[in-house]
Amino acid sequence: MKKEQKKVKGKRKYTGLIYIAPWLIGFCIFTLYPFISSLVLSFTNYDLISKPKFIGIDNYIKLFTGNKEFTKSLIATLKYVVLTVPAQLVFALFIAFILNFKLKGINLYRTAYYIPSILGGNVAVSILWRFLFSGNGLVNQILETIGLKSVGWLSNPTAAMLCIAILKVWQFGSCMVIFLAALKEIPTELYEAAQVDGAKKWTIFFKITVPLITPTIFFNLVMQLVNGMQEFNAPYLITQGGPLKSTYLASLMIYENSFKFYKMGYASAMSWVLFIIIMLLTTILFKSSNKWVYYADEGE
Amino acid sequence: MQTQAIQSTSVHHKKKIRWSTFFRYVLLTVIAFLMLYPIIWLLGASFKSNAEIFSSIGFWPKHFNFDAYVNGWKTGTEFTFGTYFINSFKIVIPKVIFTLSSCSLTAYGFARFEFPYKNVLFGFVIATLFLPAVVTRIPMYILWKNLDLLDTYVPLIANTIFAQEPFFVFMMVQFMRGIPREYDEAAIIDGCNSFQVLIKILLPILKPALVNVTLFQFLWSINDFLTPLIYISSVEKYPISIALKMAMDTSGGVTPWNQIIAMSIIGLLPSIILFFLGSKQFMDGIQAGGIKG
Repeated sequence: MKKEQKKVKGKRKYTGLIYIAPWLIGFCIFTLYPFISSLVLSFTNYDLISKPKFIGIDNYIKLFTGNKEFTKSLIATLKYVVLTVPAQLVFALFIAFILNFKLKGINLYRTAYYIPSILGGNVAVSILWRFLFSGNGLVNQILETIGLKSVGWLSNPTAAMLCIAILKVWQFGSCMVIFLAALKEIPTELYEAAQVDGAKKWTIFFKITVPLITPTIFFNLVMQLVNGMQEFNAPYLITQGGPLKSTYLASLMIYENSFKFYKMGYASAMSWVLFIIIMLLTTILFKSSNKWVYYADEGE
Repeated sequence: MQTQAIQSTSVHHKKKIRWSTFFRYVLLTVIAFLMLYPIIWLLGASFKSNAEIFSSIGFWPKHFNFDAYVNGWKTGTEFTFGTYFINSFKIVIPKVIFTLSSCSLTAYGFARFEFPYKNVLFGFVIATLFLPAVVTRIPMYILWKNLDLLDTYVPLIANTIFAQEPFFVFMMVQFMRGIPREYDEAAIIDGCNSFQVLIKILLPILKPALVNVTLFQFLWSINDFLTPLIYISSVEKYPISIALKMAMDTSGGVTPWNQIIAMSIIGLLPSIILFFLGSKQFMDGIQAGGIKG
């Protein structure tokens, strides 16, 4: 009997590997190989036509000397992330909180709130955004109607950054759905106990709800940080990196250098710098997480 | 739970609760209106003349005008907008099918079997979830170029054959872990092999997860702009996303905003329809799947 069990186990050992084989092969082709290859490329000069030429760390030196375009682009990217990620999380959590009320017809509201995010990533929306914020677009029309001055959304550097940041915050749906799922997990007994003790709504929110969903806040924070650092569509479609390169985010700069000017080595160096910055920020978040993230089931 | 807590309290308290319910509805409605107004306004704008678009903040058009749809559909190119629509589906449908099958297999492997280095490999799945795509993009382009597959749909689709979207693998693993192993064991006693267990037992139970994967992959793929921008260069192969961008660029002189808006609305339709078809399962699935931090 025991022998047979062992045999079965031995067979199962390979069964699992067979099932994940496609993923494993894909991981080597689509992740591992390009990951290493781009690091190697970043030490070369390569224009897709002649052979890559090894030039040591010249690309990296070039990135941080000269006209400082890349440094400026990184600063713009960080600005964008600082403007969007916290605002998006707070907004998403707030909406998830009110959508978690037990009210009639709440599902209809949930659907309505999710629509902007379903459509948000679509090019159509970026195009429309550009139109809404154009000189005589809807936003300025509304501002004038309520007696304010219209804003040169796409010609003023600060306003342009704000314009693409608002779009990002408006696309809060996926964060919101993940928050909503987490809020549902909180046992209602906890709220009841707090209410019996006479705690105020906002006290309950900050003292019970927020601490319990810190793992979800952390997950959303990391995901949005990684995504935000790589934002491409909005600056490419709405502001074209302008005005005065104020919204020339790193992803856009990498795209132009690689697929427009075919400086493959130089662009690879940029993407590695961006990657290292993202990794550093994520590591800081992970390190800080044991200070503020509370796991109820530590054992798992 | 609220009503229970309140039962014993005074009428005054009850009144307060009714007010707070009312207040919640007002809050929800006001925010929903603000969120959706741009979309409602745009829907209205697609029936307006180009001149009216810039002169009114109301969404209801003075005269319904379908010219924008008719002219927009023709596009400025030799192809109608229908061509771009079909192109998008030529990319999206294979991606969804491949993702469903490859991610189910991979998730099954990770959720149900023990094998050497399993934890390390699953660690790689999670690590790729956070790996910025920007680092792998350039070598992939060079690879597809060397294989002479630029300007085809292969680079857009190939990674889904190999379950290279860790978000979906992770999601399916989470779902599968929630299904008791006794189901598998019972089926094996009945003479099923491991593949039959997946097909006959697990996948039917996993339907909400599969709906989720379909919805997400559909939306992400149809919204994808950067990948086709990099790989697709001939106009007849453009998907909707690139065609819309082109419409905006090539219309010299006065931009026919009403046409672009009309085509944008049409471009959004597949996503909206699919979302409403799947929204109930989608909402339930997200909650059942327990995407946790």
